[in-house]
Amino acid sequence: MNGNVAIDVRGLHKSFGETEVLRSVDLTVYSGEVVVIMGPSGSGKTTLIRCMNLLDEPDAGSVTVHGRTLSYPARGSGRSRRRLIRDIRVRTAMVFQHLNLFPHMTVLQNVIEGPISVRRLPRPYAVEMGERLLAHVGLGDKRDEYPARLSGGQRQRVAIARALAMEPEVILLDEPTSALDPELGAEVLQTMRSLAACGMTMVVITHEIPFAREVADRVAFMDAGYILEEQRPSVFFGAPATARARSFLHLMTEDDDPRPGLEQTG
Amino acid sequence: MNPLVPPMPGLLTGVAVTLLLGVTSFVLGLVLGGLVTLARLCRNRPLRVAAIAYVSVFRGTPPLVQLMLVYFGLPQLGVRIPPIPSAILTFTLYAGAYLSENLRGGVLAVERGQWDAAGSMGMSHGLALRRVVLPQALRVATPAIGSRFISLMKDTSLASVITVVELTRVAETSGSSSFRYVEAFTVAGAVYWLINTVLSAGQETLERRLGRAYA
Ligand SMILES: Nc1ncnc2c1ncn2[C@@H]1O[C@H](COP(=O)(O)OP(=O)(O)O)[C@@H](O)[C@H]1O
Ligand SMILES: [Mg+2]
Repeated sequence: MNGNVAIDVRGLHKSFGETEVLRSVDLTVYSGEVVVIMGPSGSGKTTLIRCMNLLDEPDAGSVTVHGRTLSYPARGSGRSRRRLIRDIRVRTAMVFQHLNLFPHMTVLQNVIEGPISVRRLPRPYAVEMGERLLAHVGLGDKRDEYPARLSGGQRQRVAIARALAMEPEVILLDEPTSALDPELGAEVLQTMRSLAACGMTMVVITHEIPFAREVADRVAFMDAGYILEEQRPSVFFGAPATARARSFLHLMTEDDDPRPGLEQTG
Repeated sequence: MNPLVPPMPGLLTGVAVTLLLGVTSFVLGLVLGGLVTLARLCRNRPLRVAAIAYVSVFRGTPPLVQLMLVYFGLPQLGVRIPPIPSAILTFTLYAGAYLSENLRGGVLAVERGQWDAAGSMGMSHGLALRRVVLPQALRVATPAIGSRFISLMKDTSLASVITVVELTRVAETSGSSSFRYVEAFTVAGAVYWLINTVLSAGQETLERRLGRAYA
């Protein structure tokens, strides 16, 4: 990890109508770091990473990506602001919980769509990169398949390859294993481990405690629109500072989940 | 020629005119419908309202009334349009209203997550529409658009009332001069059916092609 800030969010507030979903969230992610976000359902995790990509725009606060800052409430001209938003979106790749692969495109087309139509890379270059990324996530032989024909784990890895093809500053993953059975989840976790080992900056919403222990540099625990604590995993899983985190982890590890590592917590 | 089937003078020309009316109005109507769909989806409110008003009027009134207004009504206002262009204009406006609704339905059927995925990689609204949403919307809308094309083919028979010599008019002329109405209109009906059978087959092929990715 070097000292460069990849993403910095300050004082983020976001409401949907009457519901306050984020209430003053600060989070700094350094280049090369893996930050895991945990927290109960509805605590604002998805909204936070959507704000990091500016897919949802916060009501107040600021988002800085690679030294470019956008502040809210909005000020400044529409055009330069739109360019800045686009720039931040290009640099922060999202892997959605529901993937949202493009069903009318093949695997390779999914991966090279952004590089060609947004980043304007020459097609042959994009294709070569796409093939390399697909090989990297273990899908080299699936380039001409349509997403509908892949397994859940394969689709998840296509989504990761599509995100990587943007050559982003950071990749934001929303519960990448939650829809998969443990075996397919393991393939995806392995892919994420290898990305982390390559120095990819990642923000991952996940409840996979063994993965977080092994790969995360920090765990941010969210509840009701706040980050309640931000700790090294050994500290967070060993001795969480807040009662909310303790009871959350307690509930998590009480699951009848037979995977190893869970019972070491608390 | 089979003596039971009266030689129908002008049959081929009639078929050609029917095809001209149907195909031209469909193609122009699809372009118009596409533009109206874009107008309905855009953020500009006056444009949206205009699009809604257009659809409401041209979908809510009989095509025969529209045709009469264009051919007999407009000259009263000093605009005189020959029969065939009058028919094409009317059918384009009429079909465009329906087709825009078909297309809009297709766009609305595309999951919100598709917009999200496109937007999150920095695509503009227009680029997302073109590259991601419209191709999927078109697939959803294909059956409805195909039905509209077939209906339009049949609706072109209305042009006979404004003196366009298309298939129905040819049959009518031939029937009244020979008093063999049954034969004349049976032939006309068979030709419409044949045209529409070809269109149906085309629609099915297109549906299969667009559906390949989902099989
Ligand atoms: N687009 C939206 N419109 C209205 N409410 C929303 C929207 N997105 C999220 N919410 C609400 O915000 C809250 C937090 O959602 P989310 O960020 O998805 O939480 P998490 O990912 O932690 O489960 C939930 O109560 C959810 O219903
Ligand atoms: Mg969520």
